Amino acid sequence: MATKKLGFIIGTLPYKIEGSRLAMTHAISSQTVEIYLEDGDLVEPVVCFIGDGVLNCLKGQQAMKHYGITSIEQHIKNSLLLDLKVLICKEDVDKLGIAQDALIMDAEDIGGETAAQLVPFSEIQKALDAADHLLYC
Amino acid sequence: MGKLTIGCFSSLVGSTSLDFAIKLSKAAVDKGHKVDLWLSGNATMLSLKGQKAFKDYSALAKPVQDLLATGNFQVTACEACAAARGYHKQDAMEGVKSFSMDWYLASTFTADRVLHIGGD
Repeated sequence: MATKKLGFIIGTLPYKIEGSRLAMTHAISSQTVEIYLEDGDLVEPVVCFIGDGVLNCLKGQQAMKHYGITSIEQHIKNSLLLDLKVLICKEDVDKLGIAQDALIMDAEDIGGETAAQLVPFSEIQKALDAADHLLYC
Repeated sequence: MGKLTIGCFSSLVGSTSLDFAIKLSKAAVDKGHKVDLWLSGNATMLSLKGQKAFKDYSALAKPVQDLLATGNFQVTACEACAAARGYHKQDAMEGVKSFSMDWYLASTFTADRVLHIGGD
């Protein structure tokens, strides 16, 4: 019986390439991984947005309207609904001049109780240090 | 001997990340390790049968088949990523498996090392 921690590091822009979307869908798939594992074994993802990747966390994305696809915003909210740990790098948010109220920090509108955390990179570093494997997307 | 899990998002043509992943897989298998290769996003292109080798494009079907023949290498494509691109089970190269994303996470659980090649 063990838990393996996977650190998903998202540094890519939303919509330009598929990296951040795939990171989110892979992280969310941790909810069904038990079917392949022994009883009691778990995979626990932590999702970290850094660099340009913090732009994935902007509120009010209109992906369905413009591209006909689900938004990264919806994936982030789904991950919070599933109680995944989501960390957003404060320094990178500040560098881009993004106000905190412009960020997706919760999923209360869909019943989520877990909030995203806007944290200094040092906190992200700690989360990544605690991970068994890192997946840079 | 250990187990290496490699995940890749990059396409067969238009990037050389898969070339690197296959070369690394061969190096690991040659040393007696086991390798799981997960293809997601554009990387699912590698799962297709009927790839023609041109000198100007990456051609990895043969090295993949050679690796599969060792019994210490498995390659699995993301079912949804492939289907979204029009690649279905009947289009897959012999020996290539198809599962949902949780298969990859399960593979990382038992891996000694994970190398994830994200991006496009």
